[in-house]
Amino acid sequence: MSVVIIGGGQSALQVADSLRGNGYTEQITIVADEAGLPYQRPPLSKDFLSPQGTPKPLPLRGENFFSQKSIKLLDGVSATDIDRPNRQVALSNGNSLGYTHLVLATGARNRLIECPGSKLDGVHSLRTLDDVQDLHAALPAAKNVVVVGAGFIGLEFAAAARAHDCHVTVLEFAARPMARALSEPMSQWFAQAHRDLGVELRLNEGIERFEAAGGGEVMAAVSSTGQRYPADLVLVGVGVLPNVALAENAGLETSNGIVVDQCLRTSDPSIFALGDCANFPNVHSPGRTRLESVQNATDQARHLAGSILGDESPYADLPWFWSTQGPYRLQIAGLSQAGDDTLVLGDPRTAKFSVLCFRGEALAAVESVNLPADHLAARKLIGAGTRITRAEAEEAGFALKNRARVIAGAV
Amino acid sequence: MPSITFTQPDGTAQRLEVEQGTTLMRAAVSNGIDGIVGECGGQAMCATCHVYIRPEYADALPELGADEDEMLDCTAAERTERSRLGCQISTGASLPEIIVDIPAGQV
Repeated sequence: MSVVIIGGGQSALQVADSLRGNGYTEQITIVADEAGLPYQRPPLSKDFLSPQGTPKPLPLRGENFFSQKSIKLLDGVSATDIDRPNRQVALSNGNSLGYTHLVLATGARNRLIECPGSKLDGVHSLRTLDDVQDLHAALPAAKNVVVVGAGFIGLEFAAAARAHDCHVTVLEFAARPMARALSEPMSQWFAQAHRDLGVELRLNEGIERFEAAGGGEVMAAVSSTGQRYPADLVLVGVGVLPNVALAENAGLETSNGIVVDQCLRTSDPSIFALGDCANFPNVHSPGRTRLESVQNATDQARHLAGSILGDESPYADLPWFWSTQGPYRLQIAGLSQAGDDTLVLGDPRTAKFSVLCFRGEALAAVESVNLPADHLAARKLIGAGTRITRAEAEEAGFALKNRARVIAGAV
Repeated sequence: MPSITFTQPDGTAQRLEVEQGTTLMRAAVSNGIDGIVGECGGQAMCATCHVYIRPEYADALPELGADEDEMLDCTAAERTERSRLGCQISTGASLPEIIVDIPAGQV
């Protein structure tokens, strides 16, 4: 018996931890392609980039975790091939590992843009500790920053660059920021909030090319509308692609990620996948989803450890997310969708409010700014399947927190 | 060097010496202290670094922030008047040593 886990992120470490926590005593090996102790990514685009921040990695688990729990960490090693008939994984160091259960926690990689100048010096992306150390070193001297993509990473970075007093332009080809993740009212509020922080947010405007200075470093960004923006530092944050090559080459089913069932099993019953790389049947939205978040990684990991040990229950945890952009803490419970009916609770002018998203007459998602109480209440309510209608939420004196207390009292 | 002592629910204690400015969460996670998770990386977003502060250190702590206060309502183990989030408390000149109790669960 043995479990091999491919990947060194939140989900990989949590699977190993939860297996041990559930009494699994056989061999566990983690194969992580980045060298060093696996670390937490969320602070990279937030605290680490603030003028007071230091890019000092926060390990996901301490070094002694691996010896104490008898978990073998192979860092700086990648998996190159899966031999399914013989249940063997080939490694980049020439060795191979046999498995009873294989866990694919291969994560995602940054989507690259292919335009003239995209490989110039000064054009950065942000995913790894190395990336953030480069950015941390470059920011104090940067004057004109151009961010391509108004997603979470792009806007977290834009706010950090403003805190360094840089002139910041954000180019977004969509009509509103964070359009994939946020409801229209919340997205519009953030557009204005970033403009108020001094960010020049250019919507419906993509990147056409980057221009180089004499030394080969980036000097300007030219947008799809022909506008030219001076730039001595560029961050490209245009989303990620799931790492599916290993699964695909092994003949596993993939479609926007590695396809898994409700127990997080792939089309091979001895191989599982989870986290950023997994496409799973989501009970909280119609059809299948692939989610990129800490919650998704760790909750799926706890569930997957159970699946390996024979638990057949379906994964059903409520998705939740967060982002910190300058002074604004955005927290999301559930998955909002285009076409949701929205209701704003609280006063957006105070930067403390929530957007409630209703689908089919019931509350499906809540997006909150600087209101953790609303967020936590929403997680409890939606997670418990409590039916809250728009009419109820519109009643005078309605508060998510009070409603959640009623639930807690009833249980 | 400042010191942090983590006491487990079964009474076993581990004392760590840490650099000035280290948060309780970072110290615990970096040193493999069981029972402190820190899933969000110290953003006061997940409430999985919940600790109970020994009363004798209460006066030396930074004031409870509004966000932290609200997040503490969501801890897995019961919230008491000694509850804080480990990511929001740093050791330093005003807090050269501290003893905290780890709750029975974080998730």
